[in-house]
Amino acid sequence: MTAPLADAAWQPSPLELSRRALRRRATTRSILLALLSSLAVAAVLILVIASTPGWTVVRETFFDPKVALASIGPIFQGLLVNLLVLLIAAVCVALLGTLLAVLRSLRGPVFFPLRLLAAAYTDFFRGVPLLIVLYLVGFGIPALMIFPRMPAMFWGTIALVVSYSAYVAEVLRAGMEAVHPSQRVAARSLGLTHGQTLRIVVIPQGVRKVVPALMNDFVSMQKDVGLISVLGAVDAVRAAQLQVAETFNFTPYIVAGLFFVILSWPMIRLTDIVTARLNKREQAGGIV
Amino acid sequence: MSTPVIEAIGVRKRFGDHDVLRGIDLAVDAHEVVVLIGASGSGKSTLLRTMNLIERVDDGQILLSGTDITDPRVDADAVRARVGVVFQHFNLFPHLTVLDNITLAARRVHRRPKAEAAQRGRELLTSLGLGEKADEYPDRLSGGQQQRVAIVRAILTEPELLLLDEITSALDPQLVGEVLDLVRELKGRGTTILMATHEMSFAREVADRVVFLKDGVLVEQGTPEQLFDAPRHPATIEFLARVTR
Repeated sequence: MTAPLADAAWQPSPLELSRRALRRRATTRSILLALLSSLAVAAVLILVIASTPGWTVVRETFFDPKVALASIGPIFQGLLVNLLVLLIAAVCVALLGTLLAVLRSLRGPVFFPLRLLAAAYTDFFRGVPLLIVLYLVGFGIPALMIFPRMPAMFWGTIALVVSYSAYVAEVLRAGMEAVHPSQRVAARSLGLTHGQTLRIVVIPQGVRKVVPALMNDFVSMQKDVGLISVLGAVDAVRAAQLQVAETFNFTPYIVAGLFFVILSWPMIRLTDIVTARLNKREQAGGIV
Repeated sequence: MSTPVIEAIGVRKRFGDHDVLRGIDLAVDAHEVVVLIGASGSGKSTLLRTMNLIERVDDGQILLSGTDITDPRVDADAVRARVGVVFQHFNLFPHLTVLDNITLAARRVHRRPKAEAAQRGRELLTSLGLGEKADEYPDRLSGGQQQRVAIVRAILTEPELLLLDEITSALDPQLVGEVLDLVRELKGRGTTILMATHEMSFAREVADRVVFLKDGVLVEQGTPEQLFDAPRHPATIEFLARVTR
């Protein structure tokens, strides 16, 4: 006697159809308006910039098409280095960040030193500028002379992992704490140990809650991989620097910058989409 | 006389400066269904939670099949694995399917092979009319279905004792029936049950013994007929007058 989920016979009434047509017209009008205002803003910007006294010089030194074309090859080679560092660092950050978050959530006196260490680590490395971590790791650790010679890329990756793990650990910890305590109670009531409860119940739910924040950290790391150039690794930024030194023209920096934007853009869009989807699922907000 | 499945002896619990349990003595025998009644805050839930070691007692003892589980040296995880609990708000794991929810303890705590646990889970779901929900996620189910799944999760590993903590209080009236049907079914199978409830007519029907708690004290207990039809203590009479108008 249960009714079918959808009525096969229902057709929208003329009233509903007229409402839909009205909404469609309104949508078309707002798209046109958005287009027009964007064009107007762009025109004003171009006019203002082009009418500045130094524009001709800036155009030659920052936007030289010939220099740009010549620098694309080497910069792209460098970008591959950035990509490799990014991928390796992201995996390591995920592992170390999770470990730190779990350490901070451990209970019991035995784990006090671990808890304290993890807390000190995250406090410290969230406070230190990445650039300083890069210098300390990239020049300080090799100077100890206990490790074999490693490329600058290697130390750059380590520094990124060290710094970003601290942020990611805090994001993950926030997610784990946002899981309702009744979930832990239910898990422990089944006889699961503290560790099993974290692994099977708390972490999977906690991570879901902070996916947008984690993706945002990833986007942030995508551009910060460019900082490894300060250690001498020939990445996109360093490659651009070399081109600049050769041509006395800043255009390669613009090219490198554009490369980084293109690199991060898909992830930025994906973050927005995922965030919107999560919001939609969790809060049925109606039309407001 | 056999050992009770669970026995509380002088159990006390204090939260801050509030004594929630003031020396409770209560024993539940095998295959017995004992129902706790009493106003909100009378200590029903807290008593159940001490029996599963979710709360630590501040004094007294709790014996599970004769073993003192309030001894600090006892393995709390092993104790909890022997006791099934169902909560007011179901507390299903939202990121796991129904089947994964109900077989979690069998797989991870009792180390049963995955296929065996899954088969047992599907059989149990099917026998309770939830067969086609096995691969759904909990948020696709109605409240009554979720609570029945939570009960299945608690009984799949055949615990010695089943604790039911106001399992119908969060449900719409028309969903209460299906959950209570399942409890009747469990009673028929001989499950040992200690439950807290506000459903007086159900308590009268299903209980072997009804226990009335007030302000952390066990005031009166007896068969449903004794307690509901001929209560002796004034507090019991007053409470019943309020809830069974």
